[in-house]
Amino acid sequence: MNDIPENTQKLGVTKMETAAFSENWSPPPFIKNPLLRWGLLLTFILYLSLSIGSLDVNWERIYVGLDRGAKFVYGFMNPNFSGRWTDISEGIIESLIMTVTSTAIGIIISIPIGFGAARNLAPLPVYLFCRSIIALSRSFQEIIIAILFVAIFGFGPLAGVLTLSFATIGFLSKLLAEDIESIDKNQAEAVKATGSSWWQWLNYGIQPQVMPRLIGLSLYRFDINFRESAVVGLVGAGGIGATLNTAFDRYEYDTAAAILIIIIGIVMLSEYISGYIRAGVQ
Amino acid sequence: MTKKLNPKTRVWHYRSRNKQLISWFIWLVATALFMYCWQRVSESTTWFFVWDAPRIAGDIGYRMIPPRWSYINELWEPLWDTLNIATIGTMMAIVMAIPVAFLAARNTTPSTTIVRPIALLIIVSSRSINSLIWSLLLVSIIGPGVVAGIVAISLRSIGFIAKLLYEAIEEIDHNQVEAVTASGASNLQILIYGIVPQILPAFAGISVFRWDINIRESTVLGLVGAGGIGLQLNASLNVLAWPQVTLILILILLAVILSEWVSAKVRHSII
Repeated sequence: MNDIPENTQKLGVTKMETAAFSENWSPPPFIKNPLLRWGLLLTFILYLSLSIGSLDVNWERIYVGLDRGAKFVYGFMNPNFSGRWTDISEGIIESLIMTVTSTAIGIIISIPIGFGAARNLAPLPVYLFCRSIIALSRSFQEIIIAILFVAIFGFGPLAGVLTLSFATIGFLSKLLAEDIESIDKNQAEAVKATGSSWWQWLNYGIQPQVMPRLIGLSLYRFDINFRESAVVGLVGAGGIGATLNTAFDRYEYDTAAAILIIIIGIVMLSEYISGYIRAGVQ
Repeated sequence: MTKKLNPKTRVWHYRSRNKQLISWFIWLVATALFMYCWQRVSESTTWFFVWDAPRIAGDIGYRMIPPRWSYINELWEPLWDTLNIATIGTMMAIVMAIPVAFLAARNTTPSTTIVRPIALLIIVSSRSINSLIWSLLLVSIIGPGVVAGIVAISLRSIGFIAKLLYEAIEEIDHNQVEAVTASGASNLQILIYGIVPQILPAFAGISVFRWDINIRESTVLGLVGAGGIGLQLNASLNVLAWPQVTLILILILLAVILSEWVSAKVRHSII
């Protein structure tokens, strides 16, 4: 007896709610606090109007440039590989050589720094020292480092190699250190419990755990170093960048397009190979 | 007293013999390759300059200190330009990257045989070419200035944003999409109510992350004439005004730290 009215009431409430639901429902906002939501939107619009207002756009120049843009697109459709083939091939080979050398040097240096920057391995002074090297290397763009190194070591691929090695250290040590910090402690402890020396502990307890990731990161960095090696040439640090710069300066868009296509091709190839190796390692 | 091992007992090794041989072979090839490359680098290096490097470095260091603080008044406007290049560039990239990401994701693309490869090609081309090279190209096409920088940054960011976004789209929970489909939603409604809410946090994180990277990159675009504080850096380097270079480098460092802090803060509050 008592159940029936309660039930009907419940049903009624549900019906009402469903009605209200289907008519007025809207997805919940991404930022829940309305003050923050509207405040952010307002600030954003204000900033946008200010920044677009301060843009100094020379429409005439852009209009003139459209013609050249079309030429570049045309050049991309008909890249000219043969015209400056000696320059292009020399530049690409130099870029590849710089990539290999700098990646190898970078890996060799960043392994000890990565171990030193892992808080669960290194004592505090070593940790701080290694972390500050990483921070220094990560703060500046490769091109700025390249400018300084060209000023110090002179023009040529060595400055580029040193730049890329330096950048590799910041990237690789940081990610390696993070990986070491998140290893499975039990395995390392088990190796230690067998009475291993410090080196054995490092070699059998920790190294096997971080090796797959280290290989993956190194391959990824190889990719990045190749792409960056095209850039450091702009300031005279060797590689394909100098050839590319000359091509743009002479408005030889077909040659520039050929170089860019080769870069894209090599990056795609190396991404494919590194994906294959990574799948094999892990 | 130690027990003598039976000579037939096999001692444990980290690797089997074949694996050991393969590993030694890989090391051999890698070392040979490295030595060859190093020799090539060494051949095209003027070692006299390299041996002289410590003195030069000391000399430059000596000239760089102290920074010329009064120069800072000429840097506020380039700094504002740099911020604008990064922000507007990121926004333009987002607008262009969203459709590319939906076309590249396996579960939302209209056709895997034609459209998806094209979208992936756009992503790869945009990612393979550094923003400095994009700006080199754009300065040569539309002339030096902030606009070239903005377009360069946005072209470079499309690939990055679209790649991470399409991976996020491929990882969504399919049940939610199915539930929305079952309610009789149109394709657009499935997109808005089934897919977008799932990728929104990832999308916000990716955008802020890229904005942070773009602040870094836009500081140097001026080196090739694409506006921002890099122009001043280039000008100072050309006249060997090292105290000004120091000040600019300090400002760049501060901008990078600040943008990294903002991006970490925003991403933290999203996750």
